[in-house]
Order: sequence, then structure tokens, then C-alpha cells
Amino acid sequence: MMSRDSRIAFAPNWPTRIGWLALAVYVVYAGSQLGFSADRFSTGLEHGHRFLARMFPPNFSRWELIASGIAESIQIAIIATFFGILLSLPVGLLAARNLMPAWVSWPTRAFIALCRSFHPIIVAILFVKAIGFGALAGVMALIVASIGFISKLFAEAIEEISLKQVEAVRATGAGFLSTLIMGVQPQVLPRFIGFATYQLDSNLRNSTMVGIVGGGGIGASLFTAYQRFDFDVVLAILIIIVSLIMIAEIVSGWARRVFQ
Amino acid sequence: MTVADTLNRDWQRFTPLRRLSRFAFYLATLAALVTSLRTIDVIPEFLYDAPDQMVDLFVRMWPPDPAYIAPTVKGLIETLHIATLGTIIAIVLALPIGLLAARNVTPNPLLNLLAKFIFVTSRSINSLVWALLFVAVFGPGPLAGTLAIAFRSIGFTGKLFAEALEESNKGSIEALTACGASKASTFLFGYWPQVRPSFWSIALFRWDINIRESAVLGIVGAGGVGVALDTALNLLYWDQVAVVLIAIFLVVILAEIIVTALRSRIL
Repeated sequence: MMSRDSRIAFAPNWPTRIGWLALAVYVVYAGSQLGFSADRFSTGLEHGHRFLARMFPPNFSRWELIASGIAESIQIAIIATFFGILLSLPVGLLAARNLMPAWVSWPTRAFIALCRSFHPIIVAILFVKAIGFGALAGVMALIVASIGFISKLFAEAIEEISLKQVEAVRATGAGFLSTLIMGVQPQVLPRFIGFATYQLDSNLRNSTMVGIVGGGGIGASLFTAYQRFDFDVVLAILIIIVSLIMIAEIVSGWARRVFQ
Repeated sequence: MTVADTLNRDWQRFTPLRRLSRFAFYLATLAALVTSLRTIDVIPEFLYDAPDQMVDLFVRMWPPDPAYIAPTVKGLIETLHIATLGTIIAIVLALPIGLLAARNVTPNPLLNLLAKFIFVTSRSINSLVWALLFVAVFGPGPLAGTLAIAFRSIGFTGKLFAEALEESNKGSIEALTACGASKASTFLFGYWPQVRPSFWSIALFRWDINIRESAVLGIVGAGGVGVALDTALNLLYWDQVAVVLIAIFLVVILAEIIVTALRSRIL
């Protein structure tokens, strides 16, 4: 005869409940470690009210400054994406374990991990020190970020291809380069365009920020406006950034469809 | 049509419209790149001594200052708390918005659009900019950092959660609805078991990203190891900067290993 317990639908799952409880305890502990309190929160909300009041209405009167900053951000994003992808192609190829021997792929993978582990803003700080203030430092930082992201995904895409087509091309007596162009490239191109447009979006977002540490673009204007407490200008810049990213997402969605 | 005609027909992989739009894409890319390269403001004088500056940077960084390890570790613990708490808050906020965004759960295009708009806004504003806004509201410190991480993550987690909901199987939902289950029960016993693996996978993935992001929030005063980094940078103590960078690198790699191991167990 069946025990009564096994007939209960959705029987209580004690390990899961204890897990949720532990999570709740952690939230309270971490909150106290970081000095959160209801008191602080309520004064914050008061500040927030004044802050929002100063933000509205958004002030577009400095539109020339904003336009030139946005233009520079777009330039940084486009150049960084292009060169980032260009460099990612060989790096990703070298990291693909099915086409390269282990002594090539592992050091390359370590290099990719190094590129990916630092936030673009840290890389931007180092480049600002090395090549001075301006758009070039931002471009270099985002190139490093792009290599870290695209190479990894590109290597994974290459590792997933069907080797039958590669063998077929090889069987015709094609050299290494022809094998890549005729056997590998058609299989990875659609996914690659997907990564590239995604990276353009991501670079566009980051290019609005590298200016905070001196890497050029709209971030510099945003940070200056913030430090001068011109919060209405800050809101205007934020509105423009959000609409720019929305347009970029629509355009990249279109590009992905074309190459499907 | 004779057999010979059929054989002589040109075979083309893409339709003319497709080829035209591909060509347009390449042309637009090239035009955008050339315009950007021609108009971007680069000061060439700065480039002449770039190699010297790079060498100088690494010479100043070596050897890392061991005395700076203690403040770095303290900052790192704060960063881990910011990243974890931020992720938890983000998920709590993203769950209801994700339900609104999923077209099969909320069959109302207006609400779907509103939820999508919240996601895009959350994702387009960088975490550093979110941090600036919250520093202005709550003052410098980890509270601003945690909220910045949370608001920045809503878009990412919510969008992926909504996609997971939309892909869930209708069968068990319809069965629950048919026996008169309430909305809450339908979610808890119909949707939740189906989306649970992707939910945890999304949460872990975002936590991994948030550790990276929260490490730099201190640059705008929002707490964490970034404060230690900013102090060292402002004082030009590059040997202390090296300590912080090495510490961030180790933690990020460790987090990635943990997340990869956990994700392979969940999925």
C-alpha cells in the first residue's frame, strides 16, 4: 500500500525552503554590513524628490554640445566595433579547439579571459594614462572589450560547425585559407553578424560612459553637467542616450534578419 | 522548358532583394566607418610617447604594494555584497515586469510595450550613470551602488525571464486553468517549474556580470573596491593600483569558474 505522503501533490520541499530562508538571512546580513537603514532610505527619498524636481523639465538648450558629444560616442562605438571585430577574427580562430592544436588555443583563451575580466572603464583609465585624454583612449578600451567578447563567442561558434563541409572542401585539394573561406565562413557568418551587431549595441552603451574617466564622447558632458548640478541637462542627455540605443537596437535587428 | 534549359539555369543562393539588402548593409557599414575615421578627434601628439608611457606605467606598477592588500580585501567584500544584493533586488523587481512583458501571460499589447520600454531604459543607461544618479539621491556609499546595480540589471534579467516565459509549454497551464486554478497557482505550479532552470541560469549569469560592474562603481563614489582603486589612482600610487587590479582579476575569474560549474548543474 502506498504511504500517505507520496499522494500529496506538491509536497513541501524542505531543502528548498531552507535555501530561501538562508537567502533571506543573507539579505538582512549584507544589508546591515553595507549600512542600509530605513532612516537613510527615507532621507534619500526626500532628496530624490528634490532631485527629480530639478531634473524636470529636461533642458535641451545646450543641444550643440550634446550633439557633438553624441556624435563622438557614435564614432567611438563604430571604430571600436570595426577594429575589435577585425582583431577578433584571427584571435577567435586561434582559440577554436577543433581547428587549432592545444598549445595555440589555450594561451589564446587565457588572453581572451584577460581581456574580458576587466570592465571597460578600468581599461579606459589605463589607456587615458598611456595615450592621454580623448576619443582614442575610449576607442582602445572598447576594442579590448570587443576582443574579449567577440573572440570568445566566435571561437564557440567555430567549435560548433559541421566538419563534414570542411572535409569536403579539403578533399578538393583546397589550402588552409580556401578551407576557411569556403568551408568555415558560410557556416559561421549569420551568427557572427549577430555577435557583431550585439557588440555594436554594447559598445554604444559603453561609449556613453568612457567620457567619465576622460575617454571622450558624451560621458564627459554628462559628468560635467552632473558636477555642476545641472540635472535638467543630465536628463536631456539621458533621454537622448536611451533613444539612440533604441534606434540602434532596431537597426541591428534589421541587420540580423538580412543575414539570417 | 527543355531539360537543357533547366540545366543551364543560373543557380543563385539569395534572392535579389536579399542581395540588395546585404549590399546596403556592407555599404552602410563602410560609409559609417569612413565617416567616423575621418571626423574623430584624435590628438596625434599624444601618440608619440605612448610606448614610453606604457613602459612607465608598468614600471611604476611593479612591485605591487603589499600594504594595500588589507583595504583592497575590505573593498572586495563590499563589492561582493553590492553585486549579490543588487542582483537579488533586480530579480525581485524584474519578476513582475517580466510577467507583464510576456505576451502569453499578459495578453495586453500596451502593458507588454510598457514593460519593454522599462527594460530598454534600464539597459541603455550604464551602471556608472545609474550610480551617479543614486549618489545624488542617497549620497556616496554602497547603498547607491547596490541600487545602481539593481536598476541596471532589471532590463537584462527581465527581458530574458520574459523570453523564458514565452517559450514555456501551454499544456500544463491549460490543465491548471481548466481545473479552476487561480492566477497565482497557475504561475506557481504551471509556469514556475518550467522556467525555474532558466531563471537560476539568468540570475547566476547576471551575478557574474555584476561583480565586474560593481568593481568600478567606486570611481563615482558608490562603494566597493572601486573606492580603493580611485584613491590609489588619484594619488598616482600605481603599485597600489596594481594590487587592486590583480585582486579584481582573481575574483572575476573565480566567479566565472563558480558560475560555469553551477550552470552546468542547473541546465
